[in-house]
Amino acid sequence: MEYLNILINEIYKIIFLVIPILVSVAMIVWLDRRVWGLVQKRRGPNVVGPFGLFQTLADALKYIFKEIIIPASANKTIFILAPIITMTLALVAWAVIPLSETLVLSNINVGILYLFAISSLGVYGIIMGGWASNSKYPFLGAIRSAAQMVSYEVSIGIIIINVLLCVGSLNLNDIVLAQKNLWYVIPLFPMFVVFFISALAETNRPPFDLPEAEAELVAGYQTEYSGMMYAMFWLGEYANILLMCAMGSILFLGGWLPPLDIYPFNVVPAPFWMIFKILFLFFLFAIIKAIVPRYRYDQLMRLGWKVFLPFSLIYVVLTASFLLYFDKLPKGSF
Amino acid sequence: MLAHAIFFYFFSILAIFSALMVITSRSTVNSVFFLILDFISVGCLFIMVGAEFLGMILLIVYVGAVAVLFLFVVMMLNVAQQKQSWFVGQKSTHIPSGLIVSVLILLELLVVVGGWKYKENIMSSSNLVIDTSITNTHSIGSVMYTDYILYFQLSGVILLLSMVGAIILTYRKRENVKTQSYLKQISRDKASAVMLKDVEFNKGVKIDD
Repeated sequence: MEYLNILINEIYKIIFLVIPILVSVAMIVWLDRRVWGLVQKRRGPNVVGPFGLFQTLADALKYIFKEIIIPASANKTIFILAPIITMTLALVAWAVIPLSETLVLSNINVGILYLFAISSLGVYGIIMGGWASNSKYPFLGAIRSAAQMVSYEVSIGIIIINVLLCVGSLNLNDIVLAQKNLWYVIPLFPMFVVFFISALAETNRPPFDLPEAEAELVAGYQTEYSGMMYAMFWLGEYANILLMCAMGSILFLGGWLPPLDIYPFNVVPAPFWMIFKILFLFFLFAIIKAIVPRYRYDQLMRLGWKVFLPFSLIYVVLTASFLLYFDKLPKGSF
Repeated sequence: MLAHAIFFYFFSILAIFSALMVITSRSTVNSVFFLILDFISVGCLFIMVGAEFLGMILLIVYVGAVAVLFLFVVMMLNVAQQKQSWFVGQKSTHIPSGLIVSVLILLELLVVVGGWKYKENIMSSSNLVIDTSITNTHSIGSVMYTDYILYFQLSGVILLLSMVGAIILTYRKRENVKTQSYLKQISRDKASAVMLKDVEFNKGVKIDD
């Protein structure tokens, strides 16, 4: 009976985490399309509901009623598993994101490593989908994305090391609290820029959307998918983008902390600050999609390995030497 | 402890099952997927015993990077074709040497496992004091970067060497490949790029001479 109570309690918490995320993913898709439209002097989706807010729900309804087609030569199990894995991984990572000091599903010691691990698993959904389709374009898209995501993970990892050098803890709440006086976006501004660009590449957003480059690969790894399975890829992708925005705001923008700890700012509850920051980063993501042309593949690889990797490594050395020289290294809690 | 036991048996059975599936499944790609499942369940076991840092590192390094490259290589191989040449075609030269190596490994394992003795009461006899007030990330770091710094650095250098070796073995300079030089593109000026010419009627101009 006791176990059952704990179980029900946990399930209740998980449901109240997952449903807001799914709703906000739907809203964020709408926001993305609106921003994209505004940049190109179009209106964007504005018909379904007030300001077109229910457009994504209408789209989802359409996808539900569409037939799921599984190609005859596809590897059925893996073909069906791929979108499920993408979606699950995108949602599972939210378990450790703190929306305030107490409002977090599980406050684990190695929160940032967990986030990094989950985001590095994201590549499996794409590889599996591309391989299981058993056709040319999805396979090419999958190979591209595997190389791309593995490359940019390296630089994200080194950027995380930069932040951890200043914090001295892997706990996400500690990372946020360490920025009480100064957000890391100021001393580590170059790393913030590199993180943002790597996040674009990690989530396959334009200008790095080569895995699904429609001009070369039809729709990349999603070519053979239809109906709800396609929609799951799509939702997982946006949930991943939101996750990357949350990660960026925790690492560099002070998470749920107000910008200044003075009267008008510190009245606003902490979760709102977190949401504002996520929305701000997402707005940048959306603008970039509209204004930047797609990279060529060799340029993408060059940027990842020959520019970002050495640059962030040098910055690690710089940060470490600075902290050591001025005796600012975190002594830790032990 | 009931929930703990249930989860422990779940993950360990999953780990053993997927390890068996790695060597028995017919398709190589499925093998790699089971290998990934194995890594994940072992990582979960690590987390269950409280070694959350090791568990996460296992996930990041093995599942996030190594297994992706495995999968990459296996998918690129034309496995169906190879099967034909190994089992159906003419006599293979791989089987005898493979047999010798595997029999040797089996013998070695037998010697090691046969001579294995468990130390009695290993938990009570160990005089290691476990400090529960610090996280295991801190404790691993405080040992690895002080007492074992030499071994740590040496293993890093060995990894670097193998990486450099692999690049040297596979690198060959190709000719007639168009490459983009950003420095050249940026440092071009108007004088070297634009030329004004008076074109003679009915003769045209000759460029690139």
